[in-house]
Amino acid sequence: MSASAVHSLWTTAAPIDKIDAPTIEYAQLMPTLIVIGAAVVGILVEAFVGRKARYYAQMFVTVVALVSAFAAVIGLAAGGHASSEAQIVAMGAIAVDGPALFLQGTILLTGLVAVFTFAERRLDPEAHGNRVDSFAAQAASVPGSDSEKAAIKAGFTTTEVFPLALFAIGGMLVFPAANDLLTLFIALEVFSLPLYLLCALARRKRLMSQEAAVKYFLLGAFSSAFLLFGVALVYGYAGTVTYAGIADVVDGTVQNIDPALADTMGNDALLLVGGAMILMGLLFKVGAVPFHMWTPDVYQGAPTPVTGFMAAATKVAAFGALLRLLYVVLPGLRWDWRPVMWGVAIVTMLIGAIVAITQTDIKRLLAYSSIAHAGFLLAGVVAATPSGISSVLFYLGAYSFVTVGAFAVVTLVRDAGGEATHLSKWAGLGRRSPLVAAVFAVFLLAFAGIPLTSGFSGKFAVFKAAAEGGAGALVVIGVISSAIAAFFYIRVIVLMFFSEPKAEGPTVAVPSPLTMTAIGVGVAVTLVLGVAPQYFLDLAGQAGVFVR
Amino acid sequence: MSFPLLTATAAVPAIGAIVTAAVPAARRSAAKWLALLFSLATLVLAVVVGVRFDPGGDRYQLTESHAWIADFGVRYELGVDGIGVALIGLTALLIPFVILAGWHDADPEETGSKRWRPTQGFFALILMVEAMVVLSFEATDVFLFYILFEAMLIPMYFLIGGFGDRAHAGSDEKAAAQRSYAAVKFLLYNLVGGLIMLAAVIGLYVVAGNFSLQEIAAARASGELNMATNTERLLFLGFFFAFAVKAPLWPLHTWLPNAMGEATAPVAVLITAVVDKVGTFAMLRFCLGLFPEASKWATPAILVLALISIVYGALLAVGQRDIKRLIAYASISHFGFIIMGIFAMTSQGQSGATLYMVNHGISTAALMLVAGFLISRRGSRLIADFGGVQKVAPVLAGTFLVGSLATLSLPGLAPFVSEFLVLVGTFARYPVIGIIATFGIVLAALYTLVLYQRTMTGPVKLEVAKMPDLRVRELVVVAPLIALLIFLGVYPKPVTDLVNPAVGHTLSDVQKKDPKPEVEAAK
Repeated sequence: MSASAVHSLWTTAAPIDKIDAPTIEYAQLMPTLIVIGAAVVGILVEAFVGRKARYYAQMFVTVVALVSAFAAVIGLAAGGHASSEAQIVAMGAIAVDGPALFLQGTILLTGLVAVFTFAERRLDPEAHGNRVDSFAAQAASVPGSDSEKAAIKAGFTTTEVFPLALFAIGGMLVFPAANDLLTLFIALEVFSLPLYLLCALARRKRLMSQEAAVKYFLLGAFSSAFLLFGVALVYGYAGTVTYAGIADVVDGTVQNIDPALADTMGNDALLLVGGAMILMGLLFKVGAVPFHMWTPDVYQGAPTPVTGFMAAATKVAAFGALLRLLYVVLPGLRWDWRPVMWGVAIVTMLIGAIVAITQTDIKRLLAYSSIAHAGFLLAGVVAATPSGISSVLFYLGAYSFVTVGAFAVVTLVRDAGGEATHLSKWAGLGRRSPLVAAVFAVFLLAFAGIPLTSGFSGKFAVFKAAAEGGAGALVVIGVISSAIAAFFYIRVIVLMFFSEPKAEGPTVAVPSPLTMTAIGVGVAVTLVLGVAPQYFLDLAGQAGVFVR
Repeated sequence: MSFPLLTATAAVPAIGAIVTAAVPAARRSAAKWLALLFSLATLVLAVVVGVRFDPGGDRYQLTESHAWIADFGVRYELGVDGIGVALIGLTALLIPFVILAGWHDADPEETGSKRWRPTQGFFALILMVEAMVVLSFEATDVFLFYILFEAMLIPMYFLIGGFGDRAHAGSDEKAAAQRSYAAVKFLLYNLVGGLIMLAAVIGLYVVAGNFSLQEIAAARASGELNMATNTERLLFLGFFFAFAVKAPLWPLHTWLPNAMGEATAPVAVLITAVVDKVGTFAMLRFCLGLFPEASKWATPAILVLALISIVYGALLAVGQRDIKRLIAYASISHFGFIIMGIFAMTSQGQSGATLYMVNHGISTAALMLVAGFLISRRGSRLIADFGGVQKVAPVLAGTFLVGSLATLSLPGLAPFVSEFLVLVGTFARYPVIGIIATFGIVLAALYTLVLYQRTMTGPVKLEVAKMPDLRVRELVVVAPLIALLIFLGVYPKPVTDLVNPAVGHTLSDVQKKDPKPEVEAAK
């Protein structure tokens, strides 16, 4: 081995005169910066504001941050950053383009609505004269212990959930915009860690909640490790972690090989194994089979507002990242990843739909339904056409609001033990509270993809894209699993409307305007996207081009 | 811009549904009257459509077209041909009778909630179904039609599952369980059919690039659009499957007896006389219109299935012990005739089939509604629980007899004309099938007359001895239907004039000409 090929810091490092400061386009990064900044402010609020005032201060900071971040997204889109002005910023780390802005807008709005459900304090009966929300009085106190009772008596509330949610949202904003693999990984961790914590914070059934959090954390850490290992392997293959750089190497347009990586660069085995590992990390977050095992347990154990937030926003962010990875980094490998994703999409649709039939808990049922929906979304991803991108974007927007709304309804149906999530307790709900049952029926019909709801428009869009992309068989399987899925959505409707109410059945709590807003937005989006989806399809269509 | 008459015909019942649903819980009878009012207004509009429609004019008239979802190539396109006008007329005609007949079907039993408003819901759902059915007869955009075809399942589902027949043998729980089973079966069968159609609808878009019936037909005619044989056949099967579930055709029929048995009589009429017609109508308009070659390819198989429906439905009707299920199986037999007439591909067959749709709607409505009155008086659906009713309630028995005779296609009543046309039309091209189908009529005589004999004649059963005769409201329902049956039986010309040109268009879609009569061919 010649001396020049030896690669070490000592031999090659020339004396460094100065390090160029990185150029950061603050304006283009504004949505993320606002949210992360507000999260930091939230921590300061936690430290310095009095206990009584914290709830309102946190609410204020969170809502202002999310609204102004959304305004920033709109401003960027209006300034053409979604189309003609799309560019890669922050030294190649982040892309500001149509899909990124569309998904960021969706995440911010879903996050805002979800934060409303976080802040709901009228559902549980007051404890010792204090209004309480869905979160544990003090996360650190052992469930059932004296310190827990003392914390409840003292009226403690875990207002940390707001900054945690903001950090999660901040990470989610970066995730679909990440333009190199390291940023992707960091964004993944930034939004995952707060979610693990949020999952553990349920006020009722705390052990179950903590169990869910541990499961989520362990499996999530495992998948993150896979992703990171994949990043390392792909770096070995391409000699770079930027998406454009990797894509160039995949396409074979790069001739000069980095001498330090001469042994590994261009080795397809590294690319295939590394790419597969990165995909596994993303498919875990998406909840695709066979990486779905965590979904039902976590959805069931987490506090329901968190479940709604997680089910909606995580899915949006993760699908955004998946799209960018497949369409920007690996288009040259299309013939390798398409068959794999075909398979994943098929098993995800079928297993999600089939296993959901046997569920008896509404939250687990919605968890399996979310798996089936991940499958439908993957069908659009597989299309590998521009209409594939825009249909997935549209579907994500439609799906996320329905999900937040549906979980918000779940928080309303309560008995003495808190939320009554067992399906048998929902019997006859339509007699007792026709309005709540009707709203939930609308959400279920949207999940089932019945025409005139957003679920149908979305499903039609992705299936159309898949069919145009030559995946006709996938459409047929998608249609079959929709039929299977329809069965269990309808079962819940039957239960609500056609069963006699039980004598000691649950009551429906009257929520504050916060939860009502969440549910109302869900219904409005469901119906508008169902009846007149054209504007939003246009939006998604215009946003459907990735910058490289 | 001219007045959007077709939209209005569908919008009036839709608005009526919303208004009815919004009536306060205590004002139950106001909801009923409002619903009736809106259904009558729809009838007036349907008559206006019929008057404004020129049978000799363009194929699609009173057309409307607006942009809707450009990304999917979907437009809000309406237009009616003679077949559509006839069926819109049938729908608008039957709904007021359905509402009147079901006047007390949804009076609430006591429940805990003050907000529970079953009456308002019942009539609002009926009007909602009417709006969707009418619009689906008008849609000339495949996607628009598909949306309505699927969406109408939801109100129907709630009508079947939520407002069951109170006449049942067992306990309340058992009745509720049977009812929700029937509702779920109805929904799942139709949803699966619809979803398979969805795959075909998407396939059609990939092939044709838009959903407009007229544009696709024009593109085919000019040769711009060439479907590969296999593609066309697969798409045809996707569409046909959904329509065959809805119509229903053997072996996809099994949801109908459950649904009609468990639903209240007016809802059963809504299912079989109104909603199911969308299936047979769609076969004519979409299967033949979009996929003519594939339709011809599939004709032999479909004719055999239709034949099985005719004979099988009739045989099972003979064996039924439950009055409503008997009528359901009779309907399956009749749908077999309709489908046979459509796919015989002769002008007589298709005119007959369209006429059959109208007549079957009226005759089944008459029979089923009277049966409903009968059942509600006795509290049982079993034939064996009745006997000698004609001595106690002669008017009821008389109307029941007319309905029965119409069902067996007695000459002089409307169904005879259509059944005769269908058989003649089929015989002209497929003599063997025509001959076998004729046995359906014989069996029809058996099941209707035996039904009449067992329930109405013989010694008066103790339980029916105090049975009151038809009330005024019930007479108002039955008398016009019977008058129509007789009128159309003697003078079917108004309907045939309306339908014949449209059938000519449909036949030219599939490029079929009527076979020449043998005598003429020999010359």
